[in-house]
Amino acid sequence: MVKTVLGGEAEVRIHEMFVEKERISKRYRIRELDDRLRKKRTTSEAKIISAARRAGVPTPIILDVEDCKIVMERIDGEAVRNVINREIAVKIGKNVAKLHSAGIVHGDLTPMNMILKNDLVYFVDFGLAYYDERIEAKGIDIHVFYEALKADFDNWDELWDGFLKGYSRYEKFDEVIDRFREIEMRGRYVEKSENSQ
Amino acid sequence: MISLGIESTAWNFSVGVVSEDEVIALEGEAYSPKEGGIHPREAAQHHSEVAGKILSRIFRKISPDEIDVFSFSQGPGMGPCLRVGATVARALALKLEKPLVGVNHCLAHVEIGKWLTEAKDPVTLYVSGGNSQIIARRGRRYRVFGETLDIGIGNAIDKLARYMGLKHPGGPKIEKLAEKGTGYIEMPYVVKGMDFSFSGIVTHAMKLFDEGYRAEDIAFSFQETAFAMLVEVTERAMAYLDRNECLLVGGVGANRRLQEMLRLMCHDRNADFHAPPSEYMGDNGAMIAYTGLVMLKHGIRTEVQNSQVRPDFRIEEVEILW
Repeated sequence: MVKTVLGGEAEVRIHEMFVEKERISKRYRIRELDDRLRKKRTTSEAKIISAARRAGVPTPIILDVEDCKIVMERIDGEAVRNVINREIAVKIGKNVAKLHSAGIVHGDLTPMNMILKNDLVYFVDFGLAYYDERIEAKGIDIHVFYEALKADFDNWDELWDGFLKGYSRYEKFDEVIDRFREIEMRGRYVEKSENSQ
Repeated sequence: MISLGIESTAWNFSVGVVSEDEVIALEGEAYSPKEGGIHPREAAQHHSEVAGKILSRIFRKISPDEIDVFSFSQGPGMGPCLRVGATVARALALKLEKPLVGVNHCLAHVEIGKWLTEAKDPVTLYVSGGNSQIIARRGRRYRVFGETLDIGIGNAIDKLARYMGLKHPGGPKIEKLAEKGTGYIEMPYVVKGMDFSFSGIVTHAMKLFDEGYRAEDIAFSFQETAFAMLVEVTERAMAYLDRNECLLVGGVGANRRLQEMLRLMCHDRNADFHAPPSEYMGDNGAMIAYTGLVMLKHGIRTEVQNSQVRPDFRIEEVEILW
C-alpha cells in the first residue's frame, strides 16, 4: 500500500521499499521559474542528502533523481517523535554538529523529520536544507529545534539538555550558542526593552 | 477617543487623525530626491519645512483641543527624519497637555492592516523601501519569521529603476514596464531558510541592462523572481504556523502583480488574502494614530524623557497587550 503525504513544497509517496518525493508546481510562479526552482532544488536536496551521509549523518540512500522527483530508500523504523528521550536527543545533537561542520544548515530540524532505526537517528527530510557558513543560520537552525521541543514535549528541557550535550562537539558550539541566546532575546523574551515604552 | 499620529520615518511626512471607528483626516507630503536615493538630512529638511503647513491642514478639519493623544513613529527609520516627527509630537503633547505615545513603525503597518481588513491573526508580508519582513503574532509578541538579509525590496526596485533612467518613484514605473515584458530572463533566486536577499538580483538586472536586454523584460523578470521569493517564504510561514490568513502591507504592497501572486498562493492553500486600501499601505500618519490609540487604551504612554527616536527599533521588542 502506498501512503501519500502532502507537504508544503512536495508530495511524498511512501512505498514498501522506497519513498518518492516530488516537488509540486506553484501557480503563483511563472512556468520557467517554477520548473527551474523545482529541478534545482531536487538536485540540490539529493546532493545534500549524500553530503550529509558522507559527513556521518544517517540518511536514506538515494536511488534515483529525475526532474523534480527523488526516489530514496525507505527507512522503516520508529518516528523519533514517538520515542524521543534524552539519549536520542544526544544523538540528534551529534548529527546536527556533523551537518554544521560540513557547512550544511538543515532548515527544518524537528523530531517529525527523523526516524530511529537500529539505534541510529536518520534525518530523512532535507527539503529546506542549504549550505551556509554563517553563525546566524546555524543559530536559527538549532532555535527551530528548540521551539519544536518546547511546543511538543513536557520534558523538553531534559531533551534540550541532551541535544546540547551531543551538539557540543561542534567546533563553533560556543559561538552558535551565544547567537542562539541572542535570537531568543529578539523573540518573545525581550525583557530589557519593557521599560522603554 | 481621538488620536493624532505623525509618520516621518523616511520619505513621507504624514499626519493622520483617527477615532476608534474611522480615519478622520490624513494629510501628508512626500519628499522626492532630485537625483539618487533618499538623503536622510535632505528628507528631514523637507519634513521640517512642510510640517507646519500639514498640521494646519489637519487642524482645519479637527480642532487641536479634540485630540486625546499624540503619537509618533519612534522607529525603525532614518534618525534625522524620525527626529522631526518626534519633535513635533512632543511639542503638541506638552503644549496641549495630552499623552504622548511612541509607536513602532512596523507594528503600525500591521495594526492598520488588520483594522481596515477582516484579517484576525494573519501572517503579514510587510514590504517597503527599507523593510521586507514576514511577521506573525505569537503570544504577546509579533515575531519576524523571515526577512531580507540586505536591502528592502522597495530599495531594490528603486535602485534598478534609477539605473534604467526612470525617475523617482521607481516602483510604479517598473510595474508598468513589467506588464509589457514577454521574455523571462533567469535571475538569481536567493532564499536561505526563511530569509532572502535582493542585492544580487539588482546587480544582475543592472548588468543585463548594460548588455542591452529590453527594459520591459528585465522589469518583468526582476518582479517575477523577487516577488516569488517573498511569496514562497510567506507561504512557508503560513504552513509552519498553520495560519489561513495572509495580510499584505507596506508601500510595495500596491504592486498588482505581487497582490495577484499572493492571492493565487492563498487560493491554492484555502487561505484568505487581505490588503488594506493602497493609501494605507505605504507609510501614513493614520497607522501611527491608530496604533497609538490602541496602545494608550492599554495603558501605554511614553514620557517625554523616554521619547528619543530609535532607528533600530524592532517589532519583537513591543509587548502586545491587546
